[in-house]
Amino acid sequence: MSEVRKGLWYTTDHEWIRLEGTKAYVGITDYAQAQLGEVVYVELPEIDDEFEKDDEISSIESVKAASAIINPLTGTVKEVNEDLEDTPEHINSDPFEYFIYAIELSDESECDDLLDADAYSAYLETL
Amino acid sequence: MTYTSLIYEKSCPGRQGYRFPALDVPAIKLSEVLPQSLIRSSVPNLPEVSEVDVVRHYTNLSQKCFSVDTGSYPLGSCTMKYNPKVNEDAAALKGFSQLHPLQPQQSIQGILRLQYELLERLSALTGMKWGTLQPFAGAHGEYTGMKLFKAYFDKLGDTRRKRILIPTSSHGTNPASAHMSGFEVIEVAANERGLVSLKDLEQYLDDELAGIMLTNPNTLGLFEDDILTIAGSVHRAGGLLYYDGANFNAIMGKTRPGDMGFDVIHLNLHKTFATPHGGGGPGAGPVLVSQRMLPFLPTPDITFSDGVYQLTTDRPDSIGRISGFYGNIGVLIRAYTYILVMGADGLQEASEHAVLFANYVKEGLKKAYLLPYDQICKHEFVISAQEIKETYGVSAMDIAKGLIDEGIHPPTMYFPLIVPEALMIEPTETESKADLDRFIDAMLLLKQKVIDDPDALHAAPVTTPIGRVDEVQAARKPVVRWRPDTVSS
Repeated sequence: MSEVRKGLWYTTDHEWIRLEGTKAYVGITDYAQAQLGEVVYVELPEIDDEFEKDDEISSIESVKAASAIINPLTGTVKEVNEDLEDTPEHINSDPFEYFIYAIELSDESECDDLLDADAYSAYLETL
Repeated sequence: MTYTSLIYEKSCPGRQGYRFPALDVPAIKLSEVLPQSLIRSSVPNLPEVSEVDVVRHYTNLSQKCFSVDTGSYPLGSCTMKYNPKVNEDAAALKGFSQLHPLQPQQSIQGILRLQYELLERLSALTGMKWGTLQPFAGAHGEYTGMKLFKAYFDKLGDTRRKRILIPTSSHGTNPASAHMSGFEVIEVAANERGLVSLKDLEQYLDDELAGIMLTNPNTLGLFEDDILTIAGSVHRAGGLLYYDGANFNAIMGKTRPGDMGFDVIHLNLHKTFATPHGGGGPGAGPVLVSQRMLPFLPTPDITFSDGVYQLTTDRPDSIGRISGFYGNIGVLIRAYTYILVMGADGLQEASEHAVLFANYVKEGLKKAYLLPYDQICKHEFVISAQEIKETYGVSAMDIAKGLIDEGIHPPTMYFPLIVPEALMIEPTETESKADLDRFIDAMLLLKQKVIDDPDALHAAPVTTPIGRVDEVQAARKPVVRWRPDTVSS
């Protein structure tokens, strides 16, 4: 059974979001990493690039497949987690502790569409 | 004993394979004909070996390899059928093998005629008007096709059409080719039968639609039986249809992409038309088009009039050259030989057998393995190891590796993505019933091993020169170059 962590927000694309003021940290969920299998490469977005909600912002490659990260909130990339360049396996061992990028939000109202932990757990039940 | 040497480790200082005869022309210093920047300052590190060293080395390596000449190779979507040796005889004919691509056209009439006739045959088989033999492989064909789409809309002055629809079960190269050509990729969902969802398709039928890329039968081995409805809808909305011919082996002589309404298609000669592949090429991915796409085809074209074959470039709206010369000529010769040897009846029979054999194997496996789409398939089908993984902890990867120990090449794994723990099986028409039964028996034996001793399969293969490869480490920290100072002995 996949872990779902309280206090984070989620999408049906299996990303988690940690909101800190007007900045959102984005990673992938425990469910997502289990589906992907062993991660071998994480493509990081460029700092200062702007992305719309639902844009493909980066990709994760595992032994099985390459999958797109769908940007959950419109904004400008402010931080990327460079640790993942050399040690992508952290995505498997500790998915909730390793964000992939942080984005400065340009429309906070988009957060209303995110799922809370209970709603995401309920969504996982349906899969 | 397992052979593990590199050719560099065979090297012995001073050893020679050949001695050149004494120079019978005046010697010229390299520095007199080449600039200093192009001249090496040190001798390159090349192995010093004799002819017998080289022959033994590569013969030993070749014996470590698995190929369709050594056993069954049911690698789904790749159509690893046997490649008849008569194809090699034709390709080795001196009139073909000793040509130079820059020879005058009147001296290469034979190879031009072969290409012209191959295009005629492929056009007839697919129901298309004409095409190009230049693309070097399937994905190159797709890229060419997307360039043709773009040229078509540019000619119409229609710049809004940016969207290419691609089913969730498609080959990964489809979205890549569309994206590389500047289109926006939109995924279309599958319905409960594993086919394109007409309901999902409907919402994209607008003036931003450039077209749809389809494989038919699709990667689940299922025939898109709504294809005429799909083609009608896409055309009415002003879009075009691209056919990925990866699975053409299922329908030769039965139905044609041209009759289904496709505008541009590619064929994989190295799959359907029995030319070698599996070692990374070379392939050939001819592109064929409908009437309205003819003006945009790449040049040079091959024409025939007054008994003369010619390479012509008279096509103002052409997307231009897409290869340096004329494609992989050796592959084209082999494919044309295959077509002539098989004949129209033979090609039709090949497809019939490919479909029959896939269904025979599917029925043989479905009691032991989960079959997510249980219906009559075409030339391939997909089973899932999801239940086995949940119950016994044995994955699709473990089963694939176990099959190697049974002397059979694994099926395609983890594809298509819409089936978890997928194993995609395509027996091809060139296996005998005994070989098909041996594959079924091997798979049933593996299922019994899953139940009896699941841990053993995690270690498979154990009978090969190299056992279970650490694919994660290989992807994360690849070491791709041997250096003399890394030798541990």
